[in-house]
Amino acid sequence: MDIFLQQIINGLVQGSIYALVALGYTMVYGIMGLINFAHGEVVMIGTLVTITVAGTLIKAGMPVALAGLAGIMAAVLVCMALGWALERVAYRPLRNAPRLTPLITAIGMSIVLQNVAMIVWGRNYLTFPSLLPKVNFEWAGAHFTAIQLIIVLVSAATMGGLLLLVYRTKLGMAMRATAQNPAVASLMGVNINRVIAAAFVIGSALGAVAGVMVGTYYEIAHYQMGFMLGLKAFTAAVLGGIGNLAGAMLGGILLGIIEALGAGYIGDLTGGFLGSHYQDIFAFVVLIVVLMFKPSGLFGEKTGDRA
Amino acid sequence: MQAKLSVVALSVAAVFTLSACGQKEEPKPAAAPAPAAKPEVVVKLGHVAPMTGPQAHLGKDNENGAVLAVEELNAKGLEIGGATVKFQLINEDDGADPKQGAIVAQKLVDAKVNGVIGHLNSGTTIPASKLYADAGIPQISGSATNPKYTQQGFATAFRVMANDVQQGKSLGDFAVKQGIKTVAIVDDRTAYGQGLADEFRKAAEGSGIKVVATEYTNDKATDFKAILTKIKSTKAELVFFGGMDAQGGPMAKQMKELGIKAKFLGGDGICTPEFMKLGGEATEGQFCSLPGMPLEKLAKGPEFKEKFTKKFGAEIQLYAPYVYDAVMVMADSMKRADSVDPAKFLPAIGKTKYDGVTATIEFDAQGDLKGGAISIYQYKGGKLEYVETLGGSPVETAKAEVKEAVAEVKDAAKAVAGAATAVGKEAVGEVKEAAKDAVKAGAEAVKSAADATKASVEKK
Repeated sequence: MDIFLQQIINGLVQGSIYALVALGYTMVYGIMGLINFAHGEVVMIGTLVTITVAGTLIKAGMPVALAGLAGIMAAVLVCMALGWALERVAYRPLRNAPRLTPLITAIGMSIVLQNVAMIVWGRNYLTFPSLLPKVNFEWAGAHFTAIQLIIVLVSAATMGGLLLLVYRTKLGMAMRATAQNPAVASLMGVNINRVIAAAFVIGSALGAVAGVMVGTYYEIAHYQMGFMLGLKAFTAAVLGGIGNLAGAMLGGILLGIIEALGAGYIGDLTGGFLGSHYQDIFAFVVLIVVLMFKPSGLFGEKTGDRA
Repeated sequence: MQAKLSVVALSVAAVFTLSACGQKEEPKPAAAPAPAAKPEVVVKLGHVAPMTGPQAHLGKDNENGAVLAVEELNAKGLEIGGATVKFQLINEDDGADPKQGAIVAQKLVDAKVNGVIGHLNSGTTIPASKLYADAGIPQISGSATNPKYTQQGFATAFRVMANDVQQGKSLGDFAVKQGIKTVAIVDDRTAYGQGLADEFRKAAEGSGIKVVATEYTNDKATDFKAILTKIKSTKAELVFFGGMDAQGGPMAKQMKELGIKAKFLGGDGICTPEFMKLGGEATEGQFCSLPGMPLEKLAKGPEFKEKFTKKFGAEIQLYAPYVYDAVMVMADSMKRADSVDPAKFLPAIGKTKYDGVTATIEFDAQGDLKGGAISIYQYKGGKLEYVETLGGSPVETAKAEVKEAVAEVKDAAKAVAGAATAVGKEAVGEVKEAAKDAVKAGAEAVKSAADATKASVEKK
């Protein structure tokens, strides 16, 4: 039984990270129907910037907590700028182009960012400085750390904040209006360019936070780390219903837990016929089943001609 | 103007001889009557390793080894078939991906390279070796350890490192020696990881160790908590990992976070500085194995290390010395065959007896390194510490140890002789006592030398 609990914890933490990244995908998709495949790379840049800034400051003798905070701030700022630049350079000129074009551009940007990161930070794995003291808890035979707890709390808080922003502020209202119909929204005095830029900037800031979380959790970083993470988060967003914030959160956590349980039990369930490297089968079977019966995802709404 | 013209003439001559070499391996003496200019042959060596992806750091390390060797060879100005040979390295990136490995292999075949050094991974080396074999291009890998590579029966496939049959067996023997009873095996499903894990399993099961869990991951993963949690429930005393450092480091760390007390053991893939960097404290006290002997113990090891760090300003990650040797063996074979034509120097590779940095390199009929030794290391205080060498050519290791023992005996004999002389000079009255002491000291010295010899023989 303690294994089951431990696997749930493993999955919950992994899922919270997916959810945090998935929020970035879903925000941009909700507003402009674009899948920003470069989002995983924004997360990666967030991690690497934190390593550089926090690492340098710690070496310069700054207290770890302060240096970590500075690192996170720097990562958020850099990623916000990056998100804004991505939108301005790669997506805005293509806003009225056929749908496939910005999609290909997004994949292209992902490759560009990976290679830029490889040039700047090198090919080697980088170690993420330990920003948080290592505190281990044990509860009913399951082990978890303070970092894991913080990851779950931060992603829950971030989602709460995001929901507030979208449903309780003027910017949020403008975002929802743009999502419904950009042309009409602009006739009503909404500055579409600014709203879309804001979605990218906020999504990227969330990506930076996710990057810091991933970094503190695994304590390693690499210029290709964003690719797989982005793919999984995208899957999570689709599972929950892409475009829906609560759906992204739920999809992420669900995906994480399914993966952990899949890896933990697939061998026993199939009598050793399938090993733990088939863990993804579980996640994708669930995804396929959900999409078969509810093509817009778990929480997806019917959005007329969109999606 | 005059000078310029002659330069042009010379380069034209050089180009002419060059193109001539392309078709015929024996370059004619330069046709142009320029006695000062020796004909120059460009020998193209392909080098393949992952330059991108999770193993890019190891790929770069390999490339550095090859670059160092080629630069030294060019500086030496090797003469083959009457022409000065200039080695040119063509570096290709296979991204540790078997598909890309085959694509770049074809590219090298099309470029008509004289030989190939690499690839780094077994998974890319095996499919690529068929292409090289079909084209008759000799291939020497410094790091592909999966036994299949040389078992395919290609005359062109060689490696300068012990293979995983030897390594898996040594690791299994080592686990037995450590008193391990139950083991969980994890591999990354690559040709290398899976191959090593399978060989380890055979050796472990053969010696009565129980395999209580078999789990899998992949060579891009960072999260191992799910499989480790399962391993924890089996209470295995040892976790064996067939895979690379980029996964091994975080895996060791996550084991600790989950409160798993089992030891962690792996092959050459985790015997790197990177493993320690990524695993942090969790790597303390863990073991890993490397084919060959530690650099410090080898005659040319420290010198190589110094050259390497001076040139690249980086630590040796793993295979650089082996890749260096691979290039040197290739060049040595060309020299002995007195030809850079693959068809001519290929037979010479099989007859190699080259005193390299990593070992005295000789190949068996399959193209495997003869008598490859396996050394076990332990991570201690942030350093890789040498523990012992298993297997290997018993003759080689015994030779080294007998040499040591002989030196000790010689020292002892000297001491006896010295004492005897002293005795001779002493006054008659003191002779008896002094002689007694001297003989005693001498006897003790001889005894300790004998002990040393005995111990070394027993080890065999």
